[in-house]
Amino acid sequence: MDIINVTVDNKPVVVRKGTTILEAAKSIGIKIPTLCHMKLDDLSIENKPGGCRICVVEVKGRRNLAPACCTEATDGMEISTHSIRAINARRTVMELILSDHPSDCLVCAKSGNCELQDMAHQLGIREIHYKGEQSTYREDTSPAIIRELNKCILCRRCEMMCNEVQTVGVLSAINRGFESVVSPAFEMNLDHSVCTYCGQCVAVCPTGALTEVDHTGAVVRALADPTKTVIVQTAPAVRAALGEEFEMEPGTLVTGKLVAALRRLGFDYVFDTDFGADLTIMEEGTELLNRLTRHIQGDPTVKLPILTSCCPAWVKFFEHQFPDMKDIPSTARSPQQMFGSIAKSYFAEKLGIKREDLVVVSIMPCVAKKYECGRDEFAVDGNPDVDFAITTRELAALIKVSNIQFRLLPNEDFDNPLGESTGAAVIFGTTGGVIEAAVRTAYELHTGKDLPRIDFTELRGMEGLRSAVIDFNGLPIHIGIAHGLGNARKLLEEIRSGKSHFHAIEIMSCPGGCIGGGGQPYHHGNAEVLKKRQMAIYREDANKAIRKSHENPYIQKLYEEYLGHPMSEKAHHLLHTVYFDRKH
Amino acid sequence: MPKIKLSDTAVETIREVCKTFGNKEGELINVLHQVQEKLGYLPAEVQEMIAQELNMSVAKVYGVVTFYSYFTMIPKGEFPISICMGTACYVRGAEQVLSEFRRQLKVEVGQTTPDGKFSLSCLRCVGACGLAPVIMVGEKVYGRVSPQQVKQIIAEYQEGCSSQSAKTA
Repeated sequence: MDIINVTVDNKPVVVRKGTTILEAAKSIGIKIPTLCHMKLDDLSIENKPGGCRICVVEVKGRRNLAPACCTEATDGMEISTHSIRAINARRTVMELILSDHPSDCLVCAKSGNCELQDMAHQLGIREIHYKGEQSTYREDTSPAIIRELNKCILCRRCEMMCNEVQTVGVLSAINRGFESVVSPAFEMNLDHSVCTYCGQCVAVCPTGALTEVDHTGAVVRALADPTKTVIVQTAPAVRAALGEEFEMEPGTLVTGKLVAALRRLGFDYVFDTDFGADLTIMEEGTELLNRLTRHIQGDPTVKLPILTSCCPAWVKFFEHQFPDMKDIPSTARSPQQMFGSIAKSYFAEKLGIKREDLVVVSIMPCVAKKYECGRDEFAVDGNPDVDFAITTRELAALIKVSNIQFRLLPNEDFDNPLGESTGAAVIFGTTGGVIEAAVRTAYELHTGKDLPRIDFTELRGMEGLRSAVIDFNGLPIHIGIAHGLGNARKLLEEIRSGKSHFHAIEIMSCPGGCIGGGGQPYHHGNAEVLKKRQMAIYREDANKAIRKSHENPYIQKLYEEYLGHPMSEKAHHLLHTVYFDRKH
Repeated sequence: MPKIKLSDTAVETIREVCKTFGNKEGELINVLHQVQEKLGYLPAEVQEMIAQELNMSVAKVYGVVTFYSYFTMIPKGEFPISICMGTACYVRGAEQVLSEFRRQLKVEVGQTTPDGKFSLSCLRCVGACGLAPVIMVGEKVYGRVSPQQVKQIIAEYQEGCSSQSAKTA
């Protein structure tokens, strides 16, 4: 029997066998409160350890209360989600959790966005009857992520993301009973571990236990320094999500308001990481074509598939876990770093200022970008190409503290020359976008013909692993796409065992790509938000006058005036990088 | 944490044990059990190697090692001292005996003296309740132990008398 009948709060509901009580209730509009549970539909991500017991409900005929998130509904089940017993149990559980949680909400980084705070409010907790010992742990600060475990409620969402989704395996619950805590092995600091700083643990943490390192103070100080020219670049995924921080519908594009806000914050030039993305395509696309051509000519030394290298967490992942394959990814720097490098050379020269007097700030959907811009190879004489990377969330905080009414801002345009970009660059913000942008350019460069179509819908979607064959004028190009590092691992293992048949593979660390980055407004487990951001990205692309990177007039000018041609010696020096073996 | 280099025999032992259990992640507890039996303890380097052999994260291995009190990351002393905290021993004053050992040796339960001679642990009932409170040094059992005897027992081993050398676990 596949269909079962149950009643939830006296309402009959018909569900498929295997449905949990939580889902059965949800299907008729009853939202049972949850805390540790989190489910991202479409991405096959679910955390239901049944640990917090906030979702307990009363089931007629059952002796104890049932955790709704991990109890299957059975035929004839009569469920009460708000019986006195259920509500009392829920409140008791909540009070016990709060009894071991600092009550410094007013000054917590997560205040206003905290699921624990919301739950305490929803359950109407006014007093904590249980007094006892409170856990105290040292704070662990890394280049991108802060762990403040006094605030951990052991929901273990971070552990699930780190192990099952990303297969990075840094975090695990350790010790026992009251001493239990989520930690790297041997309680080492995060920056001594193989953490990639993808930030997916931060993205799902319900409390303030995991947050990003805050660089807004440093940005404000730079803006206030009259001796500095401060420029800003904004990543593609930011414009599709920032509005959420200002109560706008998920999927609202706020590009124009974003530019206006940055100008009002005092940045001297408001530029676009998309310019860097177009540049990435020029370099990476050329590298792809070079490798392909050599492969076709029968060169046995050529490494295929080529892997994209835009994502700093992905780069750190293969440096730790697959160092034997570090010559396979493209050597192209990420758009953030290409932008920084060009800003502090080409643009600084244009302005006639020293690189030390130019401050480059980037707005990123990502926490790993904080780590990336601090890597030694991306600095000249100790001066970094990108000085500070702040997240979408940090930018929202800056806008709020600066008394800017974001929703009322007019739409403004980016400055030139580093603000001009194409539709190909915008789609870098979503899974499938980088490779689609590369295909648009590589196809035309390879065939010398105009693309018959610009939208490669076969490369789009939300499935974790996708593949497609693109016809390059009679030459079938096999393309693989992975988002989420667990999926990336599968493709890498195929390559290692010689089974991969792909020519090019795009990898993004975060589920959904940068739209689901660790620095984006919290999705609170709602996968619809990610889908809407993705649709917004494709909308922005469709509305662009120029949609192929090699047609960006300012990119063409940059090559004419400064770089020569893609993969030139100067381009190599400024736009390419090397990878390190971090395992041995 | 200072790194130690595992000896070739230790490496071989770990590899063998993992192989016996089919290098399966699900056999982690069995693997840890046997490796600790053979090597005496489970330092970080051993856990790292087990993680590698079983193809799992070292954080998970550490999670299991710290969950079960049986597993230890500290090498046992030359003469491991175990105090029975079973019901019979407990009611007949095992706790006072334990306190005296802690005081005399200046270590806590689960620790080893700096000279590596003694380690202190608790166990649950050795089946000699008639002799309560019971302690063991290595495999030698002492019955009806009073706090006053503790000094004497420690002294037996401190003189390095090999005739009474207790086998380390």
